[in-house]
Amino acid sequence: MEYFLQQLINGLTLGSVYGLIAIGYTMVYGIIGMINFAHGDIFMVGAFVALIAFILFALTSIALPIILILVLLIAMVFTACYGWTVEKLAYKPLRKSFRLAPLISALGMSIVLQNYVQAAQGARIKTLQPVIQGGFNFFKDSSFVVTLSYLQIFIVLVTIVLMAVFTLLITRTALGRAQRACEQDRTMTALMGINVDRTISMTFIIGSSLASVAGVMFVMYYGVIDFYIGFLAGIKAFTAAVLGGIGSIPGAMLGGLLIGLIETFWSGYISIEYKDIAAFTTLVIVLIFFPTGFLGKPDIEKV
Amino acid sequence: MGKDLIQKSVKDSLFTGIIALALFGPIVGLRTVAKNEVLVVEPKWLVVLLIVIFCAVGRFFINIYTFKKEQRRGESSSLGKAIAHFLDEKGAQIAIGAIAFSIIFPFMPFADRYWMDIAIMMMTYIMLGWGLNIVIGLAGLLDLGYVAFYAVGAYSYALFAIHFGWSFWICLPIAGLFAGMFGILLGFPVLRLRGDYLAIVTLAFGEMIRILLLNWYELTKGPDGLTGIPRPSFFGLPFKRYPDEGVETFHTFFGLEYDPMQRIIFLYYLILILALITNAFTIKIRKLPVGRAWEALREDEIACKSLGVNPRNTKLTAFAVGAMFGGFAGSFFATRQAFISPESFTFIESAIIVAIVVLGGMGSQTGVVLSTIFLIGLIEVFRDFESYRMVAFGGAMVLIMIFRPRGILAKRKPTITMGKHG
Repeated sequence: MEYFLQQLINGLTLGSVYGLIAIGYTMVYGIIGMINFAHGDIFMVGAFVALIAFILFALTSIALPIILILVLLIAMVFTACYGWTVEKLAYKPLRKSFRLAPLISALGMSIVLQNYVQAAQGARIKTLQPVIQGGFNFFKDSSFVVTLSYLQIFIVLVTIVLMAVFTLLITRTALGRAQRACEQDRTMTALMGINVDRTISMTFIIGSSLASVAGVMFVMYYGVIDFYIGFLAGIKAFTAAVLGGIGSIPGAMLGGLLIGLIETFWSGYISIEYKDIAAFTTLVIVLIFFPTGFLGKPDIEKV
Repeated sequence: MGKDLIQKSVKDSLFTGIIALALFGPIVGLRTVAKNEVLVVEPKWLVVLLIVIFCAVGRFFINIYTFKKEQRRGESSSLGKAIAHFLDEKGAQIAIGAIAFSIIFPFMPFADRYWMDIAIMMMTYIMLGWGLNIVIGLAGLLDLGYVAFYAVGAYSYALFAIHFGWSFWICLPIAGLFAGMFGILLGFPVLRLRGDYLAIVTLAFGEMIRILLLNWYELTKGPDGLTGIPRPSFFGLPFKRYPDEGVETFHTFFGLEYDPMQRIIFLYYLILILALITNAFTIKIRKLPVGRAWEALREDEIACKSLGVNPRNTKLTAFAVGAMFGGFAGSFFATRQAFISPESFTFIESAIIVAIVVLGGMGSQTGVVLSTIFLIGLIEVFRDFESYRMVAFGGAMVLIMIFRPRGILAKRKPTITMGKHG
């Protein structure tokens, strides 16, 4: 029971990270109907920016909460630039091209980002000293002590706050309305006087900033990153997006949590070596049996 | 007009400079280095400054250039189209010329060990490209996990050759068969999926195979890989300087001096023949009912269904045939390297093969050859800049997609037409 509880806590933390990345996939898919293959690598760039920022701030004597907020903001801004540029360079010229062209271009962009970060920052793994330490311990008198670390609380709290802000953005602001309109019909939206290009750019900026927050959390939680983390995290987050129903934003978060839980329970109870297989198997099963996911709209094929 | 343009361009290039600063500032400018087990930041502002200036100035000239170009719109002439047209007219002669060149290639004066190794590597990729072209180009199924079949072929070849001591020519078909079976096995669940979903699921399968190879230590020796895979022999004559007692070798049989190049040349011809078989098979099968069904399925699945083509079986055969050729290439890889480990079968390999097929122009056999020479050549040229070669590779993928989204040879000609001008 105590073991189960611990896995649940770990799974929810991991799930928050996946959920934040998954939102980027689902938003881009909803609005331009492509799988942004480079999104996982955008997350990786976010993690690197956060790592650099943490190292720089460690030399100063700023209070920890302010450092955290600053690092989050810095990561969001710089990573958003990457998202924006990737869209402008690699996807925008291909918007009217045939279906596979953006996917291949995204694949190329993913290779570029990975190897660029490897060239600029080196191929070695990078280790960050723990930023937030300590936590609450439960069941101290039993054989297995359950730990809920402050860091885990921080991660879940930030995720909840971001989700709230993000939901408000989508449902209440003009930008959110424009995005939802673009999802339904881009041509019609353009006729209504909405700048579709700018809306798509904003989608990439928002998706990238959320992914960068996930990157900040990742580097804090695991303390170890390298240029390759984006690949696996990207596939898992994509699985989360599909699981929740691609195109659906609450679905992405739900899917992220589920994938986080599945992965943690799999490694906790079945086998840690094959933990990545759990995510892949989930992806295959979901796509075959519930291709629309939990909260997605059915995709009707027209002749 | 001119002044306005310059003003706009200056503004735009300043903006580009700021974005470039944001992009490259932290990642390039602040390199993290481990000093005494602790990460410190090592500033490299000069590099960033150069990159930013380059981006801004480059943007400025692009602005002015594209503005000029806009006035000359309409007379669009493209190199790729010209090449495609040229190849179309002289296709047969060029193909024969290319094959003749590849046959005499090992005896060219410049063909030393280095060139032969590159030639063998390119041939392997050409063969993989032709194999994958059946799946992507003909049947229109984007398979991002093709390396899985390559791996299955390599491992089944290696395991049979090591444990049973069977010769290359027995293990080769077995490896192909195994890979083909895997193609059917993996093909079954994914048949209902469309375009990009299929791509992601095949990618996941590819990774699953790799993780399995990495962790199934009893069979595959995990990350240590399999060593001591038997080298191929020339109809039973091994290529060895000091053979075992009573074994006749290639050089003694033909009365030649021993030269390690003999084995390399033999391997080169082996992969050349395997690749040409793949090509001949594809050209033939395109004209058979199943090949026509593949192409029809690529164009319109619903129309196919209503005309009585069974999409499931058709797709499965495409998967199986493509996988089989991947398996053949895998066996060749195993016997050439004499050592295989899961390291050789990562996702990037799949990406390279897909890039070869798509950039060549899906379905074009000549395109595969051209894009292999271009892409593998690009990786090879950048060999001295180890860490930048894959950046160049990925960048080339993006650029080709932008300028020629349908590939270098972007002409899609139906294999069968009605009448001469149909």
